[in-house]
Amino acid sequence: MASITKSRMLEEMKLQSGQDPSCCYQCAKCSAACPVTAAMDLLPHQVIRYLQLGLEEELLESRTPWICASCFTCAARCPRDLDLARMMEGIRLAILRRREGNKFGPADLAPEQLSKLPQQALVSAFRKYNK
Amino acid sequence: MRYRYFPGCTLKGQAKIMEETTMAAAEVLGIELQELADWQCCGAVFPLYEDELITLLSPVRTLAAADGEPLVSLCAACHNVLKRAQELMQRNEEARNKVTDFLEVDYSGEGRVLHFLEVLRDDLGFDRLAEMVKKPLTGRKLAAYYGCLLLRPAKIMQFDDPENPTIIEDFLKALGAEVVKTPYRTECCGAYLSVTEENVARDTVSKIIDSARRAGAEGLITACPLCHYNLENCAEENAGKPVKIFYFSELLAEALGLTVESGSAEEKTGEGSP
Repeated sequence: MASITKSRMLEEMKLQSGQDPSCCYQCAKCSAACPVTAAMDLLPHQVIRYLQLGLEEELLESRTPWICASCFTCAARCPRDLDLARMMEGIRLAILRRREGNKFGPADLAPEQLSKLPQQALVSAFRKYNK
Repeated sequence: MRYRYFPGCTLKGQAKIMEETTMAAAEVLGIELQELADWQCCGAVFPLYEDELITLLSPVRTLAAADGEPLVSLCAACHNVLKRAQELMQRNEEARNKVTDFLEVDYSGEGRVLHFLEVLRDDLGFDRLAEMVKKPLTGRKLAAYYGCLLLRPAKIMQFDDPENPTIIEDFLKALGAEVVKTPYRTECCGAYLSVTEENVARDTVSKIIDSARRAGAEGLITACPLCHYNLENCAEENAGKPVKIFYFSELLAEALGLTVESGSAEEKTGEGSP
């Protein structure tokens, strides 16, 4: 298999997520299964295609990884046994691990959200959008 | 039957009713839930990158504290994080050594990690549960809402069939309810997107609520405080004859003839930030 890209993000992702995007044959079952595609600018299977092509900048600019709710339906349906949720986490972390990479912090919460939201919602949102 | 019990942060706050009703029911059922001392939040989401070790410290400390005894949680998210952390400790030796060295604990992935529904199904048995029901939920049309975290990833969670689960339906039948199936019962409610992208959560929740209403369900049953919150607060429309949202344990307590006085109805808690 030819190495399509020398992207550092991609190499790190293969290592840390245990997922090799080149296994994907683009059947798009992940996109059919995903409950939140309406809000995405790239569909789940397109994210994997971009990973295959090494289009790192485009992925780092995309809204899609921040819309992914880590529901794991894509992974449950994938005939290649790929876990796209882990790859999405890799794209998020590539941004969050940069200095000032946080996407969401306590200051972004409205006061009425703070009093209403369950603790679980706040902890999980900060874990996903903040380092 | 004795278990170590991990409550998790939300069960001491917004979802207190789930803990209170479970405790009352467990006592009647002869299930002893012994709360772990000095527990801390599990982290709510399992870290999906293998080098994210810091976020594993808390769940691994919890797993080690169970001392090899079966460990039970009620919250679907806590259960997911603990079960996946246990699997990682069994599989990834390098991560295990780093985490346990840092925590100064001896843990290599032993012990049963259970959700309370599994205790009811596998250890007590739904047949036995049915015999203990005092006030069957006869004529109540109720639908299971599984969401994500109890079921997926199925290879690790081993909770039920991820595409066609039956455990909550079997539970409801044991309580005497009329079970209604809805097509969106294993779809995501939007999870923490209700914090950051409310419109997206509104869309996912509305589909779930609409499908339950069309199927004739008067209530949806969940084991996840975040699903509960989203289903109650994010639906586009749930007026007229609203679909009510219940924790599984509320119905369990009711069917056992227990009245649980809640110290904190969901509206009452305001101070509950973690």
